[in-house]
This record gives sequence, C-alpha cells and structure tokens, in this order.
Amino acid sequence: MADGSIGLWTVPLAVLGGAIRVSTPFLFVSLGECITERSGRINLGLEGTLVMGAMSAYGISYLTGSPWLGVLAAGITGALLGALHAGICSLPRVNDVAVGIALMLFGTGLAFYLGKPLIEPTAPRLPAIDFGWWSDIPQVRAALRVNVLFLIGVALAPILYWAFRTTRWGLLIRTAGESSDAARAMGHSVLLIRLRATMVGGFLAGIGGSFLSLFYPGSWNEGLSSGQGITAVALVIFARWDPLLCLWTSLAFGGAAALGPALQSVGVTSGYHLFNAAPYILTLAIMIITCSPKRTLTGAPAELSITR
Amino acid sequence: MTTEAADSAEAVGIIAPAADPGFLQRHGGTIEYVLIPGAALVAALAVFGIFVMLSGKDPLDLYFYMYYGAFGTWFSWQNTLTRAAPLILTALCTALPAQLGMVIIGGEGALLIGALTATSAALALQGLPPLVIQIAMVCAGVIGGGLWIMLAGALRQYRGVNETISSLLLVYIALAILNHLVEGAMRDPASLNKPSTREIGAANMIGTIPGTDVHWGLVFGVIAAIAAYILIYHTVFGFAARIAGGNIRAAKIVGLGVSKLILTICFLAGGAAGLAGMVEVAAVQGRTNANLAAGYGFTGILVAFLARQNPLAIIPVAILLGGISASGGLLQRRLGLPDASVLVLQGIIFVFVLASDALYGRIGFLKGKS
Repeated sequence: MADGSIGLWTVPLAVLGGAIRVSTPFLFVSLGECITERSGRINLGLEGTLVMGAMSAYGISYLTGSPWLGVLAAGITGALLGALHAGICSLPRVNDVAVGIALMLFGTGLAFYLGKPLIEPTAPRLPAIDFGWWSDIPQVRAALRVNVLFLIGVALAPILYWAFRTTRWGLLIRTAGESSDAARAMGHSVLLIRLRATMVGGFLAGIGGSFLSLFYPGSWNEGLSSGQGITAVALVIFARWDPLLCLWTSLAFGGAAALGPALQSVGVTSGYHLFNAAPYILTLAIMIITCSPKRTLTGAPAELSITR
Repeated sequence: MTTEAADSAEAVGIIAPAADPGFLQRHGGTIEYVLIPGAALVAALAVFGIFVMLSGKDPLDLYFYMYYGAFGTWFSWQNTLTRAAPLILTALCTALPAQLGMVIIGGEGALLIGALTATSAALALQGLPPLVIQIAMVCAGVIGGGLWIMLAGALRQYRGVNETISSLLLVYIALAILNHLVEGAMRDPASLNKPSTREIGAANMIGTIPGTDVHWGLVFGVIAAIAAYILIYHTVFGFAARIAGGNIRAAKIVGLGVSKLILTICFLAGGAAGLAGMVEVAAVQGRTNANLAAGYGFTGILVAFLARQNPLAIIPVAILLGGISASGGLLQRRLGLPDASVLVLQGIIFVFVLASDALYGRIGFLKGKS
C-alpha cells in the first residue's frame, strides 16, 4: 500500500467519508419523495429530476459564478418538473407510475440536450467545511470534508418528521395520502395538495442533483447519475415513509456506494463494477427482505398506487 | 378489445362513415385507439418543433430532415427497420406483463443479459456448424433474458416487491455484470480501447434479408409480435392472463394459477428482450461490449405505451420510433442538434401519450347518440 501508515484502514475511512459525501443526493431525493408519497402519489421521475437538477445547477453556477444560485436553480427546475408530473397526473385516468417513467426519460434526455455545452467548462463548486482539521492523516481529513448541503439535509429529516406529526401542512398531506375522500370532505382539494407535495419533492430532488454536479463528483457529464434517483425512491419504501429512517438508510447507501472506489484505492480492482452495483443489489435485497405479499407495508399511505 | 390491424382500421374509418351511420358507434373504440395516440404524436412533434425553434433552428428543416432521415430514401428505410427490430422485441418486454397489470421497465437489463448468454453460447460452441450455433444463441438469449425478468415477476408474486422498481434496479445490476465480465473473465485480450468479448465469428452472424441491408432480427421481431398477439388474444392462456390482469381476485376465485401466469408471462417478456440482445450481437456487433446498452430497452417502454400494449400495434409504432432514432444522425449533421435531441423528442412523445389517456371516451363525435 502506498500509504503505509494506515494501510487497509483506508477502506472503512473511505466508506465513512462516502456515507457522508455520497449519501447527500440519496438523502434529498428520498426526503422529497417521502413528502410526495405521503400525499398519496408516487413520482418515479425523480431520476430525471436529479439529472436535470445537476445540469441546471452546473449551468447556472458556470454562468453566474455563484454555486448557491446554481443550487436554487436546480431546486426550481425540480419543482417545475414536479408541477409537470402533478399536472399530468391530475388528468382523469392517468397512471402516476407511467408518468414518472415518462418524466424520467424526458428529464434525462432534456438534461443531456441542454447540458451538451457544459461538459467542457469548469463551474465554481460548493465550498466544504473542514471538520477534520484536528487530524494529521490526509484520509481522515478527506473523509471529514463535509458539504453544507449534507448538514441541511441532516437537519431537514427531523424537521420533516416533526412537521408530518404536528403541523397543519403535515396533517393535510397525510390526510390526502391516507384517504382522499376525507381530505375532500374537509373541504381541501386533493389535487392541489398533491401538486404542492410533488413540487416540494421535485425541489428537494433538484437540490440533490446540484450536489452531484457542484460538489461530488463535482462536474457535469452524462454518466453523472446512474440510477441514484430510482434507488432513493425504493429507499423510501424501505424507510417506511419515515423521514428519520430515510436519513439512516441514505447514510447506509452512501457507504455502500463508496465501497467500490474505496476498494479500488487500496488495489482491489477485480470486482470494481460489481462493487459499484452494491447500492442496487442492496436495495433489491432490502426490498426482498422487507416486503411481503401477504400484508401491506406498515406505514404505507393508503392511497399510494405502488403498494396496493 | 376489437382489434384490427391499425392501418386498415384507419383506412376504413375514413371511407365508411358516410355509407354506414352506425359505423362510428360500433368502431368508435378502435378509431380512438388510432386517433388519440396519433394526435398525441402530432402534438409532441409540434412542441418539439417549438423547442428546436428556441435553440435557433428552423422547425420546417427539422421536420424535413426527420422525414428524410427516417423514411426519405431506401437507405434511411433500411436504417429505420434495422433499429425497429430490437424495439419490437424490447417493447414486448413491457407489453406482455402489462396484460397482467404489471409495469415492467427492465427490458434494457434483459437485453444485456440475453446478449451475454447468447455470446457465451456462441463462444462455447465454436467449431460447430453455424446453424447449430445460431439456434443455440437464440435459445441462450431467450432463456437468459427470460429468467432475468422472471426474477422480477417472482419477486412481485412471492415477496410483494414492486416490479417496476425491481426491474429497473436489475438494469443497473445487469450492466454491472456485463462490464464485470467484459473487462474480466470474458475479455478478448486484443480489445484494448473498448473492452469486449471475443467475436462470435463472421460465419455465425445471422446476416441480412436478401436484397436488403436489414438483418433477420426484424423477422424475429415481427414473428414474436404476431405470436404474442395470438397468445394474448386467441388462446386460453392469454384469456386467463387478461382476466388476471383485469381482476386478480376474480382470477383466483375461478381457480386460475396466477403465479404460473405471472412467471410464464414474465419469462416470455424477458425472453423477447433477451432475443433483442442476441440479435444485436449476432447481426450488428458480433461481440458483447458496453455498446449494447444503447437504450433500446428504454425506447421499447415508450413503444409499448404508444401501442397501448397491443403486440400487433407494436410493429408499426416500433418502425415509427426506429425512424425517429434513425434520423438522429442526420439532425446532428445537418442541423447541429445534439444527439440527445432524439431522447428529448421521445420524452415529449411519452408525456403527451400518457396525458392523452384522459381523452378516451370523451371525443364527442365518437360517442354516438346515447
């Protein structure tokens, strides 16, 4: 090993660093999807939203020189895609799963189209906070370079948990998700609630995308997200629509996704592609373990088409 | 569903109403199935034209080059048909499970696995007569792809895992397996820049239809689509599948083996996509490498939805979308549009087709007097 001092410790350190770094897009997409699904609709298009968010954040950051404007642009792009999803789903007899698939293809296609000129230039990135200043070991310092977006996401999870339980908005979203009839009887428009929930979900997913292009990996190319969005959607099911569980599972997935590059850095290269597929295999395995054909999942919003 | 070949229904629809006043009432449904997706397609093309206009190109040029690149010359027709072949097969991967009410979007994964298994079979049997190798490749491709999607079906049936998400996750896993094998155990040491398996050998390629440059994969696709149509609409098995798709509890009450239905249909669906992978290897690439992940599986989803999951309607729709992707190269060269413009157009079409679902049964003149 090149770094004789810590040797194989590189791997758990890189996994820890990955859990912090790689998990952020998972975290934002899953929290966003959590809000959308709690309102009784599933948006599979967040994969496309993630890629569009990454592209628009990079573009705006490049044009304006401010990465934070890029983050905002990514969020707005995501909210617009969410509004498109919700708008089409409000039409009678339109299936939300199918619309999600369509928007997944549309979002990635549009991002590749508009992002063509962005592959070459370098845009200003988001700054990182150095929590590893106390250590002399470069790997520790690298693992503890934390982005502000990650901290925002970590803070957002308990806030959402609290908001779902106690605020008026949280209650409305849950009512729409559990029984649209009840929400309607209370005099609320279910379509409007779901429109807002899907837009907020898209906003968060877009921000998750901005993290991809502006911090880690930190550039725009067409292979930037391969299935992270859809993994995060599956993760919400595993997390039982609970924002706090979304946080823990996102961290676990970030660690799993960092396994491949970490092993490669210590010279284990043979199964590189298989280790890169670890998050997908993990998702599938978790879904196999936790789902059951005999009962609906505990905590599943009753109006959600995907858990019928 | 009263299903006629889409083209003939349209032709009849134009001529007959004047002669037969009851015609619209009886065939309104069929006309809707042609008219509404057609209108959605036109609307999508219009929106795409505006989109292209915003990037400073002339939309009329766009439409001309799209037509010219897709259907304008015999050369472009052959290009279109070559691309339509895998699209028919991957569309069946979505359309067959749809009869059971399942949304499978993992055709791309089954295509990759089918390509891998077909290539493995060909490499293992080197030296045998080409026909034996080709038949073995077909079998291996169908079985490989079939088992891949059957896995998603089994997870749905026995573990309640959502088949849409699992089949999509399986795409990424299939791609990882392909890259792993192509860069490792199955790598041809001579392939330096683009890691690939060894070639299956020129003699074992399935070749082209005489007089054309279109490979036999198109015939495979058309036969598979017709067979799927007969299976779904003209056999007891297909009838049972449609009952299970319409009402799963009713199907269980009358004693249909729902598990068997799901597993068989998923196997056939994946088998079709696996065959597409075999065709791409045995007619186009000659070997397996990452080029195979060209997105045919994802375009196939759109084909299936645009054809309203009807196996027979898949054939013309696949040719149409094959034409759109065939024209991509020309749009790139003549108009300077990025290669992703085809993806954007496909996305817009998909969105419009789904939104047009709201129109069924609402078009005034097709509703009749009641």
